[in-house]
Amino acid sequence: MFVRSPHAHARIRKVDLAKAAKAPGVLAVYTGEDIAKAGINGLPCGWLITDVNGQPMKEPPYPVLAQGKARYVGDRVAVVIAETYNQAKDAAERVEVDYEVLPAVVDAAAARKQGAPAIHDIAPDNTCYVWALGDKAKVDDAFKAAAHVTKLEFVNNRLIPNAIEPRSAIGAYSRADDNYTLYVTSQNPHVERLLMTAFVLGLPEHKVRVVAPDVGGGFGSKIYLYGEDVVVTWASRQVNRPIKWTAERVESFMSDAHGRDHVTTAELALDKDGKFLAMRVHTAANLGAYLSTFASCIPTILYATLLAGQYTTPQIYCEVTAVFTNTAPVDAYRGAGRPEATYVVERLVETAAREMKIDPAEIRRRNFIKSFPYQTPVALMYDTGDYQATLDAALKLGDVAGFAKRKEEAAKRGRLRGLGYSCYIEACGIAPSNVAGALGARAGLFEAGEVRVHPTGKVTVFTGSHSHGQGHETTFAQVVASRLGIPVEDVDIVHGDTSKILFGMGTYGSRSLAVGGTAIVKAVDKVIAKGRKIAAHLMEAAEADVEFAEGVFKVSGTDKQVPFAQVALTAYVPHNYPLDKLEPGLNENAFYDPTNFTFPAGSYVCEVEVDPETGRTTIESFVAVDDFGKVINPMIVAGQVHGGLTQGIGQALLEGCRYDPETGQLVTGTMSDYCLPRAGDVPSFRLDTRETPCTHNPLGVKGCGEAGAIGAPAALINAITDAIGVREVPMPATAETVWRALASQKAA
Amino acid sequence: MYAFDYQKAKSVADAAAALAKNPDAKALAGGQSLIAAMKLRLAAPQALVDLGSIAELRGIKADGKHLVIGAMTRHSEVVFSGDVKKAIPALAHLAGEIGDRMVRNMGTLGGSIAHNDPAADYPAAVLGLGATVETNKRKVAADDFFKGIYETALEPGELVTSVSFPIPKRAGYVKFKQPASRFALVGVFVAETGSGVRVAVTGASPCVFRVPEMEKALASKFAPESVANIKLPAKGLNSDIHASPEYRAHLVTVMAKRAVQAALG
Amino acid sequence: MPVKVSMTVNGKPVAAEVEERTLLVSFIREHLRLTGTHVGCDTAQCGACTIHMNGNAVKACNMLAMQAEGADILTIEGVAAADGTLHPMQEAFREHHALQCGFCTPGMVMSAIDLVKRHPKPTEAVVRAELDGNFCRCTGYHNIVKAILDAAPKVAAMR
Repeated sequence: MFVRSPHAHARIRKVDLAKAAKAPGVLAVYTGEDIAKAGINGLPCGWLITDVNGQPMKEPPYPVLAQGKARYVGDRVAVVIAETYNQAKDAAERVEVDYEVLPAVVDAAAARKQGAPAIHDIAPDNTCYVWALGDKAKVDDAFKAAAHVTKLEFVNNRLIPNAIEPRSAIGAYSRADDNYTLYVTSQNPHVERLLMTAFVLGLPEHKVRVVAPDVGGGFGSKIYLYGEDVVVTWASRQVNRPIKWTAERVESFMSDAHGRDHVTTAELALDKDGKFLAMRVHTAANLGAYLSTFASCIPTILYATLLAGQYTTPQIYCEVTAVFTNTAPVDAYRGAGRPEATYVVERLVETAAREMKIDPAEIRRRNFIKSFPYQTPVALMYDTGDYQATLDAALKLGDVAGFAKRKEEAAKRGRLRGLGYSCYIEACGIAPSNVAGALGARAGLFEAGEVRVHPTGKVTVFTGSHSHGQGHETTFAQVVASRLGIPVEDVDIVHGDTSKILFGMGTYGSRSLAVGGTAIVKAVDKVIAKGRKIAAHLMEAAEADVEFAEGVFKVSGTDKQVPFAQVALTAYVPHNYPLDKLEPGLNENAFYDPTNFTFPAGSYVCEVEVDPETGRTTIESFVAVDDFGKVINPMIVAGQVHGGLTQGIGQALLEGCRYDPETGQLVTGTMSDYCLPRAGDVPSFRLDTRETPCTHNPLGVKGCGEAGAIGAPAALINAITDAIGVREVPMPATAETVWRALASQKAA
Repeated sequence: MYAFDYQKAKSVADAAAALAKNPDAKALAGGQSLIAAMKLRLAAPQALVDLGSIAELRGIKADGKHLVIGAMTRHSEVVFSGDVKKAIPALAHLAGEIGDRMVRNMGTLGGSIAHNDPAADYPAAVLGLGATVETNKRKVAADDFFKGIYETALEPGELVTSVSFPIPKRAGYVKFKQPASRFALVGVFVAETGSGVRVAVTGASPCVFRVPEMEKALASKFAPESVANIKLPAKGLNSDIHASPEYRAHLVTVMAKRAVQAALG
Repeated sequence: MPVKVSMTVNGKPVAAEVEERTLLVSFIREHLRLTGTHVGCDTAQCGACTIHMNGNAVKACNMLAMQAEGADILTIEGVAAADGTLHPMQEAFREHHALQCGFCTPGMVMSAIDLVKRHPKPTEAVVRAELDGNFCRCTGYHNIVKAILDAAPKVAAMR
């Protein structure tokens, strides 16, 4: 049980463990001081951002248990290890912490004001970095020449991920072989192990096994190395017992990495025909109290680079100020930077269209990128896409032509009906490693796969991607089975265990199939290549004459053939085998480092009705047409879209983390106050896909996990603003928010 | 939750005696609020007296003029009761709006009104119908029962045994849910009874309350437009992250209008 | 002071001495080692812990084991037939890809069985409204709703 700070900002004067240590069932109690004495380092940040002046970002220590100060409500101050959960919880209340409460600051703007309390000594102005992308002078010039400028100011609301399985960790130390095992709800066990051994605990990596077999949802929140994981691993040796910790939901709310939390001023310059000339964006990003594992790259590398959207905007400038506050650390949450970027672009575009009285679909058409590859002004090179096709399909599927009639009919019932679009772009599978490295990444961004063919021709695939609900076990097996021409039942997918899988970068950023799947394909192709050699030997043919299709090696132009299973058996029982030229066995591994991102894109059409008396919004129709490149398993892809859309709808309508601005207390700390979407909050979705295959991976796939969460919020807010005839409604657009917007519009 | 002593009461008398003996003991009805509060360590009774096995506290009886519901009757029993649906359909509807289906399978009428959560649904029906709360000691009129936030007329050792609802001519309940918790942001119960019209509001203030101005207007004409322009002052209404007092005041009018509409069918 | 508790779980009588404060879900998971019933929140909202008590769906995390004294309890482990044949509701979830991470699924299935018992011919609107005690963060509910609508007549035919 972790003792957590009840204060947002406080100096820890003294921690008295005496009473807790004597409580029934208690095995050990540790504080930040014990952690420091044991030589345990703080949690590292995986991405170095260099600021506008060429200086590295401020990287304050992120101790696994607070040292000297607690910096947010829920900051880990001490840990109590006891025989049972109840004993640990009872004893935790007996840990006496003498706090000197300090003034707290929870929002980014307030944290940068003169006189704001400094959270870290090394960042007295609470600024981690000021970073920029694009040519400011050219952008400013374009604005001067513009016929029309649309300017919006908005908040991209902070979200709390809330995977339904809370985080959990079991640390176990074995004296017999001096090995540690950490069972943990992680999206990327290898990265967790690497960070924990090399940077935090200083343990030999090969003595630590991290297992994350069956994880109940992540959405980003389980990518990171958390202090709890480190503590249970380390302490399992101290007490020589396995130690289990499972977050209570209130702990999830307080201490899981949160998402989003941007304050943005965005401007779009257009010519008289509605052609985009330039975009100018200033964002303050709230990073929370400490730098979580990937926190620094989310509002920069994964945000500003997406601001071209689907459009030919020639000049874009984006400046991001990243700020420390007395709140939970903020990191990637489903979409991670890209939902924020799409919201900026699609709110601006829709608003500009309304202001210039151009049909919102038409203004998009006039500005779509139409030829590929396309180099954006914000560093990315889109390989392929057909934005016109997805938009047209969405307009048709959503029966936009019939909207006016539906609006009229709704008006008769006293309801305000609105229509909103969102055309998002996404960049998945961050790559290549050398480019990412130049941009500050401190890790590689490849993926590893291993294909083990057993003597009977059955196959076990080991992947460094991680499945926590995405169905890799199905999709990857399909890929392998169809490439090898064997039944899908003959393929097993193994993931989530560092002792079984050679290496892995895990699952995030919709990268699994495009990057992890490709690594597997490369390994499969090596298996086939070796199999061809074996088959050539068996059939006494030249290797060049052996072809492989549908699970059978054939000598072309003859009826000679051997099935895959026979080749496998020969590899393991090499009685008739070219031992002089070839090793026995049929087991191959591969690493794949992509040459570029993949660029899924799509068009969403949302129709809402607003009850003007209460301000309550209902979603009447939601249409999503996505281009994910090649689709391997349509059912799984649809499932990913449904889930993403619902999280996006959650952000737009229901979810919003709130801290008390005075005390820094987390106000939305339970499911009774933080509103997750329920079945009744969302409609049945209508989906379709268009397909422009990715040009640089063999599967032609792009990634589908985050699309819904990226595209949905703008579509919904565009629909609500259309329904009630206002320019801006903040997220979440709760009933009272919309009611107030209506009232102020009436007053105006 | 903290450790506590547990006792399963065999009868009302048994429970009352146990509660009277120990002022730090609490009665456990369905436990849907109490257990949740204890888990968060917000409530820490020294002992629990479980009323779950007391058969005499359960059941629904209708006699043409009154509907008598035992304190330990589960919400779902009220939702699906033919007697309730026939006598006071608005009450069955209200019970179906409480929490969710699983909570309704455990939660009880007695537990709800004894707890008197400011955003609970049942207090609106009890007050709106002018029901009589029967305890092991006495009968208390609804107007005298709800005293304040989480506060009722119940004395130590006193248990709700049943509630007697007079059957109205018509009644309606409409609730605007707090989206996360599903409690009432504002809920309005309207009833036209033999002795006049009653309007009870829950969720809007620290305790369920009646709106005499609306009652008067509806007594002269029982129609939605009668209340459409009656606005409550925002001052004193609940304020939290889910709604401002102004919005709650506004919702009272809207929900009242819709409750009248619902009552009219 | 430990108390004695006994009940029938998935057709088998069970008894144990537990601490008074033992929740029913802890009894099921930790004493009986039936870990299919999950815990996802502290405030009885998420529904991952849903089981049936005497035929009614309840949230096992929001009640004491003692409140189930003498009761007939059904958990997700007892839903499929003895030969492993899935219950039609489970089969429908599988068929319609109504689960992703699977964490909410046991509670969702237990709730859904109760739902179609009370509403044998539910509409989509009824299913959505009646699922408000179960959170799923993965599926957006789309395929869960489909599965329940598909399973409803099959579950009705079981009786």
